[in-house]
Amino acid sequence: MTGACDSCLRRGYLVGELAARIAAMLDRPGKRVGALLSLPEDELVEAVSAGVADAPLSRYDSGQARSEMAERGVRALCRHDGRYPGQLLQLLDPPAVLFVSGYGDLDLLAHDSSVALVGTRRPSPYGREVAQGLGRGLAAAGVPVVSGLALGIDAEGHRGCLAADGRAVAVLACGPDVPYPRTNRRLYERVRERGLVVSELPPGQRPYRWSFPARNRIMAGLARITVVVEAADPSGSLITTQFATQLGRGVGAVPGQVTSRVAAGTNNLLKDGAALVTGPQDLLDELFGSESAEGRAARVQAAAGAIDDPVQLRLLEAVEASLGIDGICAHAGVPVREARAGLSRLERSGHVRRDPLGGYRRTAAPC
Amino acid sequence: MLASIATFALTGVDSREVTVEVDVRRGLPAFTVVGLPDAGVREARERVRAALLNSNLEFPLQRITANLAPASLRKAGTGFDLALAVGVLVASGQVPASQPDRTAVSGELSLGGALRPVRGALACALGARAAGYERLVVAVENAEEAALAEGLQVLPVPSLTRLVELLRGRWRPDQPPRTPETRARCSPAPDLADVRGQQDAKRALEIAAAGGHNLLMVGPPGAGKTMTARRLPGILPPPSFDEALEITRIRGAAGLGDGRLALERPFRAPHHTTSPQGLVGGGSVPRPGEITLAHRGVLFLDEIAEFSRAALEALRQPLEDGVVEITRGQRSLALPARAMLVAACNPCPCAHGAGDCRCNELDRLRYARRLSGPLLDRIDLICDVQPPPAAELVARAATAERSAAVRDRVVAARERQARRLAGDDALCNGHMDGRATRRHAVLGTRGTERLLSSVEAGTLTGRGHDRVLRLARTIADLAARERIVAGDVEEALGYRLVSPVEMAA
Repeated sequence: MTGACDSCLRRGYLVGELAARIAAMLDRPGKRVGALLSLPEDELVEAVSAGVADAPLSRYDSGQARSEMAERGVRALCRHDGRYPGQLLQLLDPPAVLFVSGYGDLDLLAHDSSVALVGTRRPSPYGREVAQGLGRGLAAAGVPVVSGLALGIDAEGHRGCLAADGRAVAVLACGPDVPYPRTNRRLYERVRERGLVVSELPPGQRPYRWSFPARNRIMAGLARITVVVEAADPSGSLITTQFATQLGRGVGAVPGQVTSRVAAGTNNLLKDGAALVTGPQDLLDELFGSESAEGRAARVQAAAGAIDDPVQLRLLEAVEASLGIDGICAHAGVPVREARAGLSRLERSGHVRRDPLGGYRRTAAPC
Repeated sequence: MLASIATFALTGVDSREVTVEVDVRRGLPAFTVVGLPDAGVREARERVRAALLNSNLEFPLQRITANLAPASLRKAGTGFDLALAVGVLVASGQVPASQPDRTAVSGELSLGGALRPVRGALACALGARAAGYERLVVAVENAEEAALAEGLQVLPVPSLTRLVELLRGRWRPDQPPRTPETRARCSPAPDLADVRGQQDAKRALEIAAAGGHNLLMVGPPGAGKTMTARRLPGILPPPSFDEALEITRIRGAAGLGDGRLALERPFRAPHHTTSPQGLVGGGSVPRPGEITLAHRGVLFLDEIAEFSRAALEALRQPLEDGVVEITRGQRSLALPARAMLVAACNPCPCAHGAGDCRCNELDRLRYARRLSGPLLDRIDLICDVQPPPAAELVARAATAERSAAVRDRVVAARERQARRLAGDDALCNGHMDGRATRRHAVLGTRGTERLLSSVEAGTLTGRGHDRVLRLARTIADLAARERIVAGDVEEALGYRLVSPVEMAA
């Protein structure tokens, strides 16, 4: 039998069965699962549901569970399967079984150089752009991008990865067949088409407050480097980096404006010694060794070399300074029609992007 | 004795002939009005009685029956007073039966016998002229407006006493002033030169005016969106006489006019709480809505995201067809509704824009979604409105271009379009359908290349393609070029609207 053995699958369903009771115990801000999930079955039951009469899983039947999983298109992978990501076993409480949905290759999970992209659910346009750029750049280099499908940075990271036809891994805090949050259900489908959606909770489970930090430990466990793009302090993203640090994995952070609320977490990480990330290349250097000085020079030149027109360069500068159209005209010293025409040339060449309501944004540097 | 007097009833923004038949004969004294009168019309009996008696005329103590024909049309309002009074006078033999000859009357009566103005004098006069009447009796206050209908003799009458003298041939009223004098008196429209900065908005406004394109302005509150949009009527081609007549007629019918000929196109800015009926017209006695009041002019929807979905939905068909068809009860009404749409919104729900926006993704998406949909499909270009920098505000306004100069270019561009589109339905580039667009907006190889590469880069969808072509056509027309060059296409791409739905995927 490949996938999951009966005892591991039983354990997976037990966690699902107990999820609501764990929530009743822990669902207060600041509470973590701690070592609870590493307890053996009888102690876990005892710890969570002491005094509650009915034995959990009394009606559990592995055959039925398997057919239910097949029905919902969910595969299970336990630690006795060769494809179970070995790096997860370094966790104190590795999930006994991973429930997986999606058409990607299961080997993807065990990839030894994936990167987790995490961050705030309320990013600034800058954070969004950077997250998407990182996702794109990593995907283009063949690095799987792990994230949590949450609003904001998570979603942008996935989007960037998918835009470059990369392999995306989404780790959920609910069953892998539950598109949560609902806003991202189209993104969820797109991730499933090309990658994998993973969870330690069995199909059909809703998310609990405790299952978000528990999910974060899986993200940190899967990835070789965890990168925070924008995060307030405290925040769930910082929990992920704590797990990564405990595991001895790399932690990176993208610097932000010191006046920005959503940069406090990342800037503090940098103070504490996290790797400074300015683009996908920094991460690729970290993963695969430094790029040669010549290589870097050539790359920088290639990125800038696409623009040789001085007016175009000034337009680009003005967009970077997030000026309005009139400000852009003034900065570039051209009449508004030439500015508009120039901006659409920059848009075509991929240097700037249009917001839904017409503003221009600098795209993250192409890898 | 029987009398039959012609008057006109307002239906929407047009008028319809109504014959008031009055029969006076022996019987118990009574005054009955039949022919679907509403409460206001039935009250006319009291006004007519008092007005006659207070004008030293006789109110016959006999059985009086009045019929408003056609009897199937619902009659509302106070404009039937005068016709009823004249009918009673003729039927009771107080004025010669040969009078009034080929004359229609319209007006409300006061109890003292004075004539009061009614709504829609011009509509009434145009109806009378079309129905072949030579003269129209109106209140003095309505005379100037009614006199805009050339070829109809308008008789301004101050009171019932004077009217009787007129009918007895003992008095002639003065002629009301004719159009040319009316034209001279008018306050200047707000000028584009008063707007500091806003280069982008001004350029977009010029393109929109030149091609009749609908426009979306995006900017934080207080940046000057409304101020700028208000200048659009001043750079649109001045209305032709017929258009001016149409505008005046609609204003009069809505009770908004000052009785003078409209020299500028209307600018209507309904508040975002306006109901669907308020926008497109309606009510049990259908009244024109904002889109009709903006006919031949500009309908400005500030905070478009705050309008109810139903209201925006209701505007869609009129914007496309240029006419609103409303049906209430037994009859339907077609109201003209050819207006340019200018919409305005904030860059995001918190309204701060890119720099220091505090919105989360979900809020932004919701905002974008509220904007999206049917109405945005009708909008061809988008522009940026930012508060001008302080330096711009204190600088002397020497360099700013005046509306008149912009209007000259717009008029020239419109003339080019009119020549080109002579065989098509459209009046201007903004109204071209897909086929006309492809026939008239032909790109050179370089322009085609630019457009194609944008489609390939995924920044332009198929639907956006036609809009960009239309815009590029207008930009070339403004530059008085028949050929569309690559720069035109690029500028058009810069102003195009990216549907939030496309972006949200």
